[in-house]
Amino acid sequence: MVAEAVPTRAPIKIAIRGVRMRFGAVEVLRDVDLDVREGELVCLVGPSGCGKSTLLNIVGGFFAPSGGEVRIDGEPVRGPDPRRIFVFQERGVFPWLTVEGNIAFGLSKLPREERARIVAHYVELVGLEGFARAFPDELSGGMKQRVEVARALAVKPDVLYLDEPFGALDSITRLQMRSELLRILQAEKKTMLFVTHDIEESVQLADRVVVMSTRPATVQRIVDIDLPHPRDLSSPRYLALRDSIFEAIGLAHKI
Amino acid sequence: MRVLARRRSSRLRAQIFEAVLDSRAVRTRKLLLSLSGVATLVALWSLAIALHPATILPGPLKVLSGVVDLARRGLLARHVVASLFRVTWGYVLAVLVGIPLGLCLGWWRRADRAVNPFLQILRPISPLAWIPISILWFGVGDGAAVFIIFLGAVLPITVAATNAVAAVPSVHLRAARNFGLGSRELLVRVIFPSVLPQLIVGMRVALGVAWLVVVAAEMIAVNSGLGFLIVDARNAGNRYDLVVAGMVLIGVIGYGLDVGMRRLERT
Repeated sequence: MVAEAVPTRAPIKIAIRGVRMRFGAVEVLRDVDLDVREGELVCLVGPSGCGKSTLLNIVGGFFAPSGGEVRIDGEPVRGPDPRRIFVFQERGVFPWLTVEGNIAFGLSKLPREERARIVAHYVELVGLEGFARAFPDELSGGMKQRVEVARALAVKPDVLYLDEPFGALDSITRLQMRSELLRILQAEKKTMLFVTHDIEESVQLADRVVVMSTRPATVQRIVDIDLPHPRDLSSPRYLALRDSIFEAIGLAHKI
Repeated sequence: MRVLARRRSSRLRAQIFEAVLDSRAVRTRKLLLSLSGVATLVALWSLAIALHPATILPGPLKVLSGVVDLARRGLLARHVVASLFRVTWGYVLAVLVGIPLGLCLGWWRRADRAVNPFLQILRPISPLAWIPISILWFGVGDGAAVFIIFLGAVLPITVAATNAVAAVPSVHLRAARNFGLGSRELLVRVIFPSVLPQLIVGMRVALGVAWLVVVAAEMIAVNSGLGFLIVDARNAGNRYDLVVAGMVLIGVIGYGLDVGMRRLERT
């Protein structure tokens, strides 16, 4: 199933081999194989409830799979690790900490000055200047999501896992956040595994889109998105790629 | 340009000034409204007493002179301090037991499942029902009263802490684990700040209960405190002015405690 060509010759970062998962009688994942290369942005899409979040949680070390294994840099995953940060929807920010406090959360072992320097850098990178001392309650959903991304980046992880990070935002903010994310990634290249139920989103962001089947989920198809950034959302190639994913999921792209 | 800017800034300053003035006026008006409510009640009280001169109940003035009388004899401070002393001890013990217990029960759901029915059965038993047993265990004295206050306060605190921990969002716990926090750091940096708002609400409720309970405990188990004052004033010559004075003092101090806790809640 990993047969499709990967776009770069970069070394393999994440190797998912024969991963199976059952919750009681429910088989959620069946023999999932997938390689993610270093610096690649891979989107997982599939029908809702198909198990793509479960797969991400296994790769992130939060669930142990019922079978198979995940290796990162050749090492089997045994649990969550600060080198690989999971970005939740914006409700993951700590409401009792300010924007600064949230971004500094993973930096408690650093000396004060260095921490302050890193925090200031990421406050600026995600465009929250002037809100450093604000509490999450005072921020919009999109701003909270920026805090989450900054908090994750501040610990300099090599991998980011994003579980429908923009799913709770309105469609305009979502579009803005996507281009923001791409801008931020130009500054800091990361390997990313991105779960989304939004096919447009996956075609706009990903180097490769992994289409998963209905439960028990397997990798049904892998689509290379061979479009340079910034992507033209009305180009024939973009539309063709998007439609091929709709088709793979079994959705007629007409209403 | 500069003139314009200055004019604008002066207008802005005037607006701010007005806003401050306004908020101060609003606050004064609210305070006046509250005070006028109390004043009306006191006036009605005087009127009722004036219309029924034969009644044994005292009017507001007589109650006030009762308070002054108590203060002059040094009894006011003695009783108030005695009550506050017992409440402080019972309440502090309840906090020391209730918070860790509640945090544990909230964290280990199995322990909660085992202990919870027991707590739920204890809950409807009024702390006052414990008076005979507490006198049996601690004798007549402060120990018995403190124990009863402890019983009254510990359950609301435990329940609040349990619910607060159970309500910590799992994304926060997962994020904390992802950033590599050990269990002690998890407690200090995530669980504690997360439960604090709910915990303080529980502590406020518990302090209210403790203050309610102290009066009753003092009526039976000890010979000082505001509760004792009320019973004693009635028994020793039907001094209803002192009875009502005791009631008013209890109300005022209880209100003061609540205001203090609410202030704590806001910070």
